[in-house]
Amino acid sequence: MTTDVVIVGAGPAGMAAAIELRALGLSVLVADEQPAPGGQVWRGVERNNATRLAGALGTDYARGEALVRRFRDCGADYRPETQVWQVEEGWKVFLNQGGKASVATARAVLLATGAQERPVPFEGWTLPGVMTVGAAQIMLKSGGFMPQGPVWLRGAGPLPLLYAQQILALGGRIDGIIDTSAPANRAQALRHLPRALRDWRSLAKGARWMRELRRSGIRMVKGVSEVRAEGDERLTHVTWVEDGQPQRAPAALLLTHEGVIPSVHATLSLGCAHDWNAGQRYLAPRLDTWGETTRGGLFVAGDGAGIGGVDAAVARGGLAALGIARRLGDEVDGDKRAAFEADLSRALATRPFLDALYPAPEGRIPDGLMVCRCEEVTAGRIREAAREGAPDPNQVKAATRAGMGPCQGRQCGYTVSRLIAEEHGIEAGHAGFFNIRPPLKPITLGALAALELPEEAE
Amino acid sequence: MTFDALVIGGGLHGLSAALQAARRGMKVALVERDFLGRHASGATAAGVRTLGRDPAELPLSLEAAETWHVMEELVGDSCGFHATGQVQVAEDEAAMEKLRARVEGLQARGMSHEELIGANELKSLVPAMTGPCVGAAWTPRDGAADPHVTIRAFRTAALAAGVEMHEQCAVTGLSRREGTWIVTTSKGAFEAPVVINAAGAWSAEIARLAGDPLRLGLKHSMMIVTERASRVVAPVISAMGRRLSFKQTDAGTLLIGGGVQGRIHDDGQSAVVDFAALALALDTTRRLFPWTEGLRIVRTWAGMEATTDNHLPIIGFSNRAEGLIHDFGFSGHGFQLVPSVGRVVAELAAEGHTETDLSAFDPARIELERDAA
Ligand SMILES: Cc1cc2nc3c(=O)[nH]c(=O)nc-3n(C[C@H](O)[C@H](O)[C@H](O)COP(=O)(O)OP(=O)(O)OC[C@H]3O[C@@H](n4cnc5c(N)ncnc54)[C@H](O)[C@@H]3O)c2cc1C
Repeated sequence: MTTDVVIVGAGPAGMAAAIELRALGLSVLVADEQPAPGGQVWRGVERNNATRLAGALGTDYARGEALVRRFRDCGADYRPETQVWQVEEGWKVFLNQGGKASVATARAVLLATGAQERPVPFEGWTLPGVMTVGAAQIMLKSGGFMPQGPVWLRGAGPLPLLYAQQILALGGRIDGIIDTSAPANRAQALRHLPRALRDWRSLAKGARWMRELRRSGIRMVKGVSEVRAEGDERLTHVTWVEDGQPQRAPAALLLTHEGVIPSVHATLSLGCAHDWNAGQRYLAPRLDTWGETTRGGLFVAGDGAGIGGVDAAVARGGLAALGIARRLGDEVDGDKRAAFEADLSRALATRPFLDALYPAPEGRIPDGLMVCRCEEVTAGRIREAAREGAPDPNQVKAATRAGMGPCQGRQCGYTVSRLIAEEHGIEAGHAGFFNIRPPLKPITLGALAALELPEEAE
Repeated sequence: MTFDALVIGGGLHGLSAALQAARRGMKVALVERDFLGRHASGATAAGVRTLGRDPAELPLSLEAAETWHVMEELVGDSCGFHATGQVQVAEDEAAMEKLRARVEGLQARGMSHEELIGANELKSLVPAMTGPCVGAAWTPRDGAADPHVTIRAFRTAALAAGVEMHEQCAVTGLSRREGTWIVTTSKGAFEAPVVINAAGAWSAEIARLAGDPLRLGLKHSMMIVTERASRVVAPVISAMGRRLSFKQTDAGTLLIGGGVQGRIHDDGQSAVVDFAALALALDTTRRLFPWTEGLRIVRTWAGMEATTDNHLPIIGFSNRAEGLIHDFGFSGHGFQLVPSVGRVVAELAAEGHTETDLSAFDPARIELERDAA
């Protein structure tokens, strides 16, 4: 089966691109592992908008339903609960739909696979009872899951504030929020305030969250160090040091968040060029104005192109659609392009401010800390292997097994690169990243063996 | 920088030659373009197999087999080697007939490393293999090792023996002046009267730079690793007439390969997995081990290596470039040979000759006209 375009991901970027491509008369297949469209931000929006969750999740959530409806009606071949486990140049997209593997061929591919939370190891992070804010929010949106107390949040960035706000609106419980961002960042961030004011609505929203949280009586802890999760079998306490004094509070659930980073496994595995974002310490694929990677015909839109949030994702989806049509031989509607670019510029206005306010955390990672959870490799072991050989994560992977587990280094990759850079005294971005070894998502032997091949490959 | 010998390539063959040359008192440097073990030696299935070897390779292979059992003596570490045995099964009578002919031929020449076993014995040896088989050839002293532990052990031993190691150091040119090679690299020039070409998939490139163009092919065999399996398969399994190599690692994961070919990445410098080819190659696995259906694949890869016309390696002095020793073309089965080939190459480097018969590995058979390159 051949389509003009295969889109991976039915979040804001993927949906916006599909709608635009269909309007241009191109055939589109959209694969997404979730049961319904919406992506991370609008997960379950069609179902939840009919329930009491809707009010608590906020208007920014509820408005997603309009785009979902347009997407459903746009005539794209939408495949829910479908994992993309490999993309090969030429273009072949390998699908796994309920254990049945097949290949879709396309003239162009758009990766709209979004972002993942930045994994930052700290003491106790592997204890049961510690999870990410993002994971808790997924459970909230897909099953109405409410955290059971005492509940603590730890980290930095807008998401913990948004999540706390949503839980409060549902009458739930949050005992405290530990803000791990450095107070010094605030001065840095202020420099970017004038530009950020172009999107004053978002800033006002953030300020309102802060006010409401303060008013709610939640304990707000700031300017602290050495935050730890404690417990024998599972989490019982969270501890930190404040003004030189050790502090301790009982906790049944500790939700952490240190920002989000683009998911780059697919573009890395295809050998696309990437650039290092030094402030946020992540790799993002190098893209032209249309979102095309250095591999012709492969496009990226949404947070996978660099963290920008939902409105930037929609605009980038639209631009990518125009760029794809252009690559496939169509003329570009200049007015449309200008409109998407204006939307994108406005959506990115607050980004320098937010990036300066919440840079990637820097503290030294203790040797005893578990960095690779899949293969249980500590920071000390990684440092030792890094010292022994060339400054290459693949060398460290071979020597320690870090990054060889089922998560494919999604949890430990950046930490390993950072430890290597520290040991060799080079810049973090220069240590590179693990070679990505397919499949991008695990698939069973049986499913691979029964792979349905496109005709020309048989 | 002047040395007695310079080794090009930090795979296991380069490391083994460097180590054993240094032990003979030579001042040795080794240069590796990437990091040690980046290519075939890190991608290998690490099967330690005398089973089914070409008779021309058997003397070196049997010598290596002895060393694998006492690897600590060579490198101070067992290299994760377990003598779990290797089994080559016959799925039908025709395949069994071929195995029988081979084993009887070996016995006629006084070699007893391979034994024939029947279906019942095979069942008790590998109870987890539930597919139908009529019998097998079996080498109880064979087994498998851990490639990364092996690379580390050879590296540590080579450093201790005084080998100077340079990673991320690519050879870009070779010239001969007054009985000495001048080797230019991305990290400066090296001088040595003897150069050992152990550059794996890029050995033809090195030979060409030295004025000895050779005809070499490329292999890019693929491997699959699954999640940990609950059943236990002790020996390494292959099947007569089929592309299969199947074994369980110490970690419990399954390692499945057998020479199914991937593709060359368009940078020409690495190999990529071809899932369509991989899918078609899983038939034997499903027949012999139907319970693997539900296991998840966590990783796959393809490794690059040079291959020759008859799949026998090239080992020995170049016929046309003085002081150049070739050590490559292992065609997908060079891991087991690492200790013995390193011994021979070190001997050549130090003494200029060896008692070992290398006629089957002479580069003459793959030489190209000089102007044709
Ligand atoms: C998937 C796979 C499975 C295998 N399974 C088995 C098995 O089960 N049993 C078995 O016996 N064998 C097996 N083999 C074969 C075995 O792994 C190889 O024969 C052996 O590792 C070859 O080692 P090498 O040192 O010759 O090559 P390599 O390990 O490839 O080393 C060559 C090195 O040379 C370097 N180099 C190249 N050009 C330059 C340059 N210009 N300057 C500096 N350095 C350079 C490369 O970077 C490379 O590191 C397998 C091979 C593969 C790929």
